[in-house]
Amino acid sequence: MEEIIISVVQRTLVAGTPLLLGTVGEIISERSGILNLGVEGVMAVGAVTAFIVTHHTGNPWLGLCAAIVAGMLISIVHAFASVSLQSNQVVSGLALTMLGLGLAGLLGKPYVGKPLSIKINAMPIPFLSDIPIVGPVLFNQSPFFYLAILLAIGVWFMLEHTLLGIRIRSAGENPKATETQGVNVSLIRYLSVLTAGGFSAMAGAHLSISYSKSWIEGMTAGRGWIVIALTIFALWNPLRAVFGAFLFGGIFVLQYMLQPLGISPNFLAMLPYLATLLVLLVGGLRDSRRLNAPAMLAEPYRRGER
Amino acid sequence: MLHVKVSDREQISALGSFLTLVLALAAGMVAIGLLFIISGVNPFFAFKKIFSGSFGSLYGFKETITKAIPLILIGGGLAVVFKAKFWNIGAESQLLMGAIFGTWVGLNWGPSLPSPVIVPLMFLAGFLGGALWGLIPAILKLRFSINEVISTLMLNYICAEFLTMLIVGPWKSPKKFGFPYTDDLPDSAILSLLPGSRIHTATLIVAVVAVVVLTIVIYKTRFGYEVRVIGENPDAAKYAGIDFSRTTMLIMVISGGMAGLAGVGEVAGIHHYLSYPDSISSGYGFTAIIVAWLAKLNPIYVIFSGIFFAGILVGGDAIQISLGLPAATVAVFNGTLLIFLIMGDFFTKNKVRILAGERG
Repeated sequence: MEEIIISVVQRTLVAGTPLLLGTVGEIISERSGILNLGVEGVMAVGAVTAFIVTHHTGNPWLGLCAAIVAGMLISIVHAFASVSLQSNQVVSGLALTMLGLGLAGLLGKPYVGKPLSIKINAMPIPFLSDIPIVGPVLFNQSPFFYLAILLAIGVWFMLEHTLLGIRIRSAGENPKATETQGVNVSLIRYLSVLTAGGFSAMAGAHLSISYSKSWIEGMTAGRGWIVIALTIFALWNPLRAVFGAFLFGGIFVLQYMLQPLGISPNFLAMLPYLATLLVLLVGGLRDSRRLNAPAMLAEPYRRGER
Repeated sequence: MLHVKVSDREQISALGSFLTLVLALAAGMVAIGLLFIISGVNPFFAFKKIFSGSFGSLYGFKETITKAIPLILIGGGLAVVFKAKFWNIGAESQLLMGAIFGTWVGLNWGPSLPSPVIVPLMFLAGFLGGALWGLIPAILKLRFSINEVISTLMLNYICAEFLTMLIVGPWKSPKKFGFPYTDDLPDSAILSLLPGSRIHTATLIVAVVAVVVLTIVIYKTRFGYEVRVIGENPDAAKYAGIDFSRTTMLIMVISGGMAGLAGVGEVAGIHHYLSYPDSISSGYGFTAIIVAWLAKLNPIYVIFSGIFFAGILVGGDAIQISLGLPAATVAVFNGTLLIFLIMGDFFTKNKVRILAGERG
């Protein structure tokens, strides 16, 4: 029994890791005032880049770095459209997702069905991983898991307690006032969108070089969209995102656990998406004014206007 | 020193607007060419193949019109909801729901009814299916303030699984050698084709009539005025006493319903039975987003933008075969062109001048 619990919790944390990485990135972007619907596409680009680079160099860490760079580069498209050109952020984000999914499919085609010989494996932390139950669950995980937790805490601290964080948040709440303080709102927003792209790409890399070790078109399977929902669920707070991401990780694991009971696998596959709607439904029942969304989210801002 | 000066543009001539569009598309094509080069494909060869595959031969052109049918139907509906800034990304599953409803009617009532009765009934059922599925995100937004982008996308995944559940389970035909397909529709429920093509004429007529009617509704009626005001100035809409909930639900009935009609057309005109979601719709619901955008959200222009993107779909199939490129190539086209279209919008809304001298 103990072994089953350990295994379930362990797999929950693994499944929640890409969701957490993506959500923390999206929180940064949305806090700065830019809605980024490109997560799904950038995740795919991250996954395919990490895979290709790992395949050719045999070094998954290099693959991860390349994925982050690729994710940031392709996110420039959305940053340019939404910040510099004040385009509609919904449409621009959708375009980024289409482009990302398409490019990933195009670049990844020759690598389908060629699994990697090496991937980023679990890395037990000395001494801590020997603690009963807690040890194997929390301290014998993929480095992506440790990274996601550290980044969530780090981004929370950055947003709440540093000057940079104040600037990011005020860019999303009142860009005009922020600009009069001598802060370059456009620069802040560019950096936030690009950082979010790096985070999404990390999430994708986790899927292709750690969670599994192969590239399949469509392997992101809507996780990027769940990330957008989790951002709302987390009320734009990275610490709450930890809870949300692992809750959803649990739902992914639940799919596999319920399968032997004879429930339709197609119904089980619906669960994460149904749960997303349910989570937003619960959120929607709360007073929307207390939801704490950045005031100027998705509102284009032009310098020196009015 | 050079600097860029941006100022509002009050009015743009129709010609200026059109030229911007053409330039945006041309720039997009250049960008796609570069992406082809990166992927190791000769861009000139690829473009030639795409054009000759879609518009360059009679066979190709007939295929292009066939694929334009669902794009025109869905794009027309999306033009209306997008005008009100309701972001329905769920047309893909509204199409599937229409296909499910239409197939049920065709399979169950088709054998005992003549074609002139059963075909309209199937279209009606398909409209209803798409409209009901489209109403869910509208209600979720109005009642629970759930973002419609997310809810429509989640409903896409849910509907695709639901359809698969039907065809591997209760609706699976015993006559299809174990494949997860339904029975074939009875002959009376199958749409007749234009001879020598796969163009199902009934759906094509419905599509063209629908976008013409929608254009009149949007630009000539009070309801259309309300839709436009909600999109352009929601505060003004509130003061003008426009019923936001009613209008939102109605436009989602229209948009979902039109996607549902497209679903019936695909099943009754092309496939003749339900199968996997991916084969019923090859991403029409997503491509139609760009179709609507290229048409500047004017339903009548959707006819042209629908044919244009249908050509890319057909040409995309052609280069998949001749160059061994993956299906995702079409998504690269779509994404890149959409990006350049929204960038082009910037130049229709703003005057951009490059000036010499110090910033003024």
